[in-house]
Amino acid sequence: MDKRHKILILDDDNDWLTLSREMLAALPSRPEILTANSGKRALSLLESEPVRLLICDLKMPRIDGLQVLAIVRRRYPELRTVVLSGLEDEEYRSRAYALGVDLFWIKIEMQRNSKMFIECLESLLGRDDEPGFRGIQSKSLMDIIQMECLSRSSSVLRISRGPLVAKLWIQEGELIDAEAEGVRGEAAFRRLLAWKSGTFENHPAEPNHERIIFKPVNALLLETAQDMDEAAGPLAGDSLEHSEHRKTVWKLSLLTREGADFVIAIPPEGHGEPEAIGIQGVAQLVRWTRHAAATARRLSESLEAGLVLRVTGRNMERQVLVLDREGKLFLVGWPAENAENLLEKSKKLVASWDS
Amino acid sequence: MGFLKRFFRGSASVQQLPAGTVTVDRHGDIVTSTVSSAYPRNFLRGIGADVLALFREARDAQMPLAELNMHFGSLHITARELRGGAIIFLLPQTALFPTSAPSRP
Repeated sequence: MDKRHKILILDDDNDWLTLSREMLAALPSRPEILTANSGKRALSLLESEPVRLLICDLKMPRIDGLQVLAIVRRRYPELRTVVLSGLEDEEYRSRAYALGVDLFWIKIEMQRNSKMFIECLESLLGRDDEPGFRGIQSKSLMDIIQMECLSRSSSVLRISRGPLVAKLWIQEGELIDAEAEGVRGEAAFRRLLAWKSGTFENHPAEPNHERIIFKPVNALLLETAQDMDEAAGPLAGDSLEHSEHRKTVWKLSLLTREGADFVIAIPPEGHGEPEAIGIQGVAQLVRWTRHAAATARRLSESLEAGLVLRVTGRNMERQVLVLDREGKLFLVGWPAENAENLLEKSKKLVASWDS
Repeated sequence: MGFLKRFFRGSASVQQLPAGTVTVDRHGDIVTSTVSSAYPRNFLRGIGADVLALFREARDAQMPLAELNMHFGSLHITARELRGGAIIFLLPQTALFPTSAPSRP
């Protein structure tokens, strides 16, 4: 029985399709390569063929890549998707990731670093919903960092987990700086190692980047592992009530630091009580939030408009955002005058809420 | 029946996303619309009813809203409250023509 996986490449450039077909046919798992030069043709092929991986361009006439990905995400949630685009634009990158793509590569970067691209594709073809870092699924972050350092390479590792983005600067095998969750240096490195999953990308080295970390990477890894072990054990004399109080104080300080008015965290019905910080008497707001999210989900399905990214509302005094994080809804309220990067700030607030 | 389908496999149907503006009154009836007439009116009426319900429930929850936005992967819906009714902007999002929300008056 033929167990070869099928890869579908979608691009309006026929020369590029030929080039990609030749390159991907050389993958170690010898996948079967299908090609389509239009979104319509690709959707037709997906209906008739059990495709494992879709590699999609973004800029195409008629139905563009983002539209195809939105449709594909709804119809074939198990399909792995890779965007291979000529557009080096952060907005497209974040929009593609918002549509749930597994990898985003720039065509030039793929040609320069074809070996790593091939490895990423092999990893995507093989994995089955394992935890770990997309692209290098079987490795933990510690493994990836050690690999980079042992190979004495120079690169910038960009790691994202939902809205949280972290960076590691590695210069000739030495970790020289880290940035995560608003902090830099060793503290950022420690926070980053607590991440259990995310998306990993390799960017070109920045040789002129200032060095902030001077400890050897192995010493840092050891220290961090010890800290994590200690944190995992229960603290003597720390009662449940005390622990809950500390959490509330921490959340209030988070709210104040970001400048938000309130946050209401709403678990799925029957899975606990909503939690409100910064506001009281929230029963009707909880009902409204659930209804708004359900309406958006229903409209997204009936219109085939892709994933629900967010619902927002505003009046003269306030702006609110409804965000869904792993089934839990969050209603975040902001003062009307606080308009800068509201979405990013809300996502960070929500991502940090249960951490 | 179905014999010819073996030879002439149909291509996937792709639904066009609605684009344009719809105005609905307080009862959810469409007053004006610039969305293509090929697009089912019932769908538009449904969107209008959903938007009006969300405005009404937000008022009941002591959080009256003047504007409501729903962001999907390939479509933005922006609705502004109009004395009980609403004006609804339907903006498909594409890589070639990404559109931002309509500017506020």
